[in-house]
Amino acid sequence: MTISPDYFASPSDPDALSRLRHRLGLAAEAEGLLDVAYTTVDSPVGTLMLAATRKGLVRVAYDIEDHDRVLDTLSQKVSPRVLRAPQRLDAAARELDEYFGGQRQVFDLPLDLSLSTGFRQLVQRHLPEIGYGQTRTYGQVADLVGNPKAVRAVGTACATNPLPVVVPCHRVLRADGTPGGYVGGPDAKKTLLRLEAAK
Amino acid sequence: MKQPFEKLVEQHGRTVLRVCRVILGIHDAEDAWSETFLAAMRAYPDLPDNANTEAWLVTIAHRKAIDVLRACKRQPAPVGDVPEAPTTLGVPGSGDGDLWQAVGALPEKQRQAVAYHYVAGLAYAEIAAILGGTTDAARRAAADGIKNLRKNYPGATTEGAPS
Repeated sequence: MTISPDYFASPSDPDALSRLRHRLGLAAEAEGLLDVAYTTVDSPVGTLMLAATRKGLVRVAYDIEDHDRVLDTLSQKVSPRVLRAPQRLDAAARELDEYFGGQRQVFDLPLDLSLSTGFRQLVQRHLPEIGYGQTRTYGQVADLVGNPKAVRAVGTACATNPLPVVVPCHRVLRADGTPGGYVGGPDAKKTLLRLEAAK
Repeated sequence: MKQPFEKLVEQHGRTVLRVCRVILGIHDAEDAWSETFLAAMRAYPDLPDNANTEAWLVTIAHRKAIDVLRACKRQPAPVGDVPEAPTTLGVPGSGDGDLWQAVGALPEKQRQAVAYHYVAGLAYAEIAAILGGTTDAARRAAADGIKNLRKNYPGATTEGAPS
């Protein structure tokens, strides 16, 4: 027998660790140490990562954004006290599920928009005014926020939306009616628009 | 750049659990693990970015284990109930209960040195920083620990262990 790390392994390690990690999430929440909780959910537009601070939902991330990189960014910009702790995301996960199932048109979740600032945040605050199944052009959104010349800046604000799906930047299209770019890729944008058109 | 804390749990959770188990046995090991990661999470924002996170976690685990040992008012070498309850330490049915018994029978310093070197893979200088004392003393404690293990559990060798 060799004295190596594996020697002290046990077949029950994976179970024990998943139980301990779950317990750590709950304890960290109870002690006020859980600055960023996250989880992942399956959806018709791929696996979405959801992250929340104590203030509210702070990030929804598509697969193509690379969830590990998104976590790194959250660690740098919000706090390194990041844990996979699904319980804080229960309401968000449920509402997204209802949305993708066609049973929800408006999200009723506390949001934390601290990942964006200035004009971008202003635009993102106004995006939920575009109702389910409706669309606006980048120019119309520029009007909406009282800055008709800022069409490009509106485009940037949509492209950097930290809360896609929940903050509906997918409802903003090009003036010629084509979808335009999207943080989740053009197919995801089309899928969401099709879902909302089917109401 | 500081990694998300979740990555530390992912990368070192298993090692810390094994270390706690060697020092404390299976039941107290889980409590010590929880307290270690909770304390680490509290202190994490202040940890220098270039710190060796594993050595840091093992250091915290070491302190938490000592707290548990003190709280239980145990003797440094908790061998008392091991023979009667081999399944609480070893893997039931795997036949390594004897090794756990032998590990549990080691003097505290030797058991710690063995855990931090052979389980966590820390260098003796890092172990010396945790245990206090010199690098040589840490090396000697680990060597004595292994010698004792071999004596009490003849199947044990250190072949392939990290140096």
